[in-house]
Amino acid sequence: MLQSLNIRAALVSIGLLALMLIIWEFANQPPEATKALTEYEMLMGGADQEARVPPPSQVIGRAIEELSDPFYDAGPNDKGIGIQLAYSIYRVLTGFSLAALIAIPVGFLIGMSPLMYKALNPFIQVLRPISPLAWMPLALFIIKDSEASSIFVIFICSIWPMLINTAFGVAGVRKDWVNVARTHELSPLRTATTVILPAAAPTILTGMRISIGIAWLVIVAAEMLVGGTGIGYYVWNEWNNLDLTSVIFSILMIGVVGMLLDLALSTATRLVQYEE
Amino acid sequence: MSKHFLEIENLARRFPGKDGELTVFENANFSLEKGEFVCIIGHSGCGKSTIMNVLAGLDAPTEGNVFMDGVEVSGPSLDRGVVFQNYSLLPWLTALQNVVFAVRSRWPGWSKEQIREHCYKYLEMVGLGDGAELRKPSQLSGGMRQRVSIARAFAIQPKLLLLDEPFGALDALTRGTIQDELVKICDATRQTVFMITHDVDEAILLADRILLMTNGPHARIAESVKVDLQHPRQRGKIIHDPGYYPIRNHLVDFLVRRSEELSGAVAPETVEQAAGAYPTEVNPAADAGAGGSSARITAAKAG
Repeated sequence: MLQSLNIRAALVSIGLLALMLIIWEFANQPPEATKALTEYEMLMGGADQEARVPPPSQVIGRAIEELSDPFYDAGPNDKGIGIQLAYSIYRVLTGFSLAALIAIPVGFLIGMSPLMYKALNPFIQVLRPISPLAWMPLALFIIKDSEASSIFVIFICSIWPMLINTAFGVAGVRKDWVNVARTHELSPLRTATTVILPAAAPTILTGMRISIGIAWLVIVAAEMLVGGTGIGYYVWNEWNNLDLTSVIFSILMIGVVGMLLDLALSTATRLVQYEE
Repeated sequence: MSKHFLEIENLARRFPGKDGELTVFENANFSLEKGEFVCIIGHSGCGKSTIMNVLAGLDAPTEGNVFMDGVEVSGPSLDRGVVFQNYSLLPWLTALQNVVFAVRSRWPGWSKEQIREHCYKYLEMVGLGDGAELRKPSQLSGGMRQRVSIARAFAIQPKLLLLDEPFGALDALTRGTIQDELVKICDATRQTVFMITHDVDEAILLADRILLMTNGPHARIAESVKVDLQHPRQRGKIIHDPGYYPIRNHLVDFLVRRSEELSGAVAPETVEQAAGAYPTEVNPAADAGAGGSSARITAAKAG
């Protein structure tokens, strides 16, 4: 039973988690009060002069509380975690989809035409290293809408990996397969859809997977800037409320959603993967 | 209007190089009749594959023309099926889908049922149809992949079939089996075939005529050797044919010795003569039968 690598790895994981939680829980206890608390101390929540990171027991309690009713909406600054995450996911997916709509066709063009590759390469090289948040002021000024601006920031950060991977995948399609298309008199459109697209699909999807990872990293920061809704705003808002329990809980939720997004793309990659 | 089915006139292919042009081959003149099986043999680098690519329309010649059925070849066409050495199957499609891909591009109007039936006919012809056709190329052995590739090429019923060292990557046993199958299929369909090979025995087994190329660069087609052996041929029996060894010796002698001696550019004073000249025709089997001790040049005609 203990021979399976998966089972052993799971046991080690659980052991490490338990160890971590125990250390976190007990290293963080406030000092015991030696004498009865004064009224002031009772109001301040104990004799401790220093605020402490909340222990895991509190975080778990908050998680149960939040997750049992994730979609409540009690005004602009009090929405359930589910609603906040849904806003963020909506922005990420919108920006990401718009980026895919542009990056994949342009990537095809660059991949198939050495001229366009050389012509567009300088632009890509300059634009790609720009931090997506640096676009934010310009986006806010031009678009004049914070919601659309955060979507634009997602768009601009997820376009590059998709664009570059698509171009790379398309340019790297084996010449033999292109020759097969040519000897079968396929039209350029059918060559693109029936030969080049499936051949380049694993590389394109790898680019999409990198993009969605970056988009999810960027949305938190973008929402902290623009505010209003979303998981990034939620984290910042709870920080302003000095509710560290909620901050830790939402950090964990960001991790879980990011993992699920990555899992979805890696599953899709596996579907189009082929063995030579 | 040419009188032959396939006519190659003064074909040459030169590539721009560091110090001037590199001539891969030049003065290539030959023709194929309908139903003929012609092999081309030569050392690596003599431009066999380049000739094949020009015939397929994948590459354009620097000089000269190719006519098929009186029409000049310019660009690839479904009238010329190609089997590549590395199979060139699309790895994300199953064997059956690979054949369907070809059949659908040949007859876009056909119904799904019609295409399926047609594909199975050709897959069964190469001995695939009992479940293996539903597997991806990566799950098939090299021999099976090449069978799929052959089925795909035959299924579009091309006027001319081009085979680029189709068995080069296979082990000897598999190669033998597929050669036998190819002999049967070609005898049955009377398919016109142009094939590149390195294997002398393979060429004798399959071909009606073998073109011999001198070493490159500046390669030329030096001789056209008639394989005067009875059809249908069988690998086991053909070696007992009295004509077999004269042909084989002639080919081996050419490859070992004369391809080197004849290599290089044509001397300037004979350029006029070389242009448009057909390769020397040789019939070692008949010469041996007539008592000739060595292959004798029987005819040399200018095109």
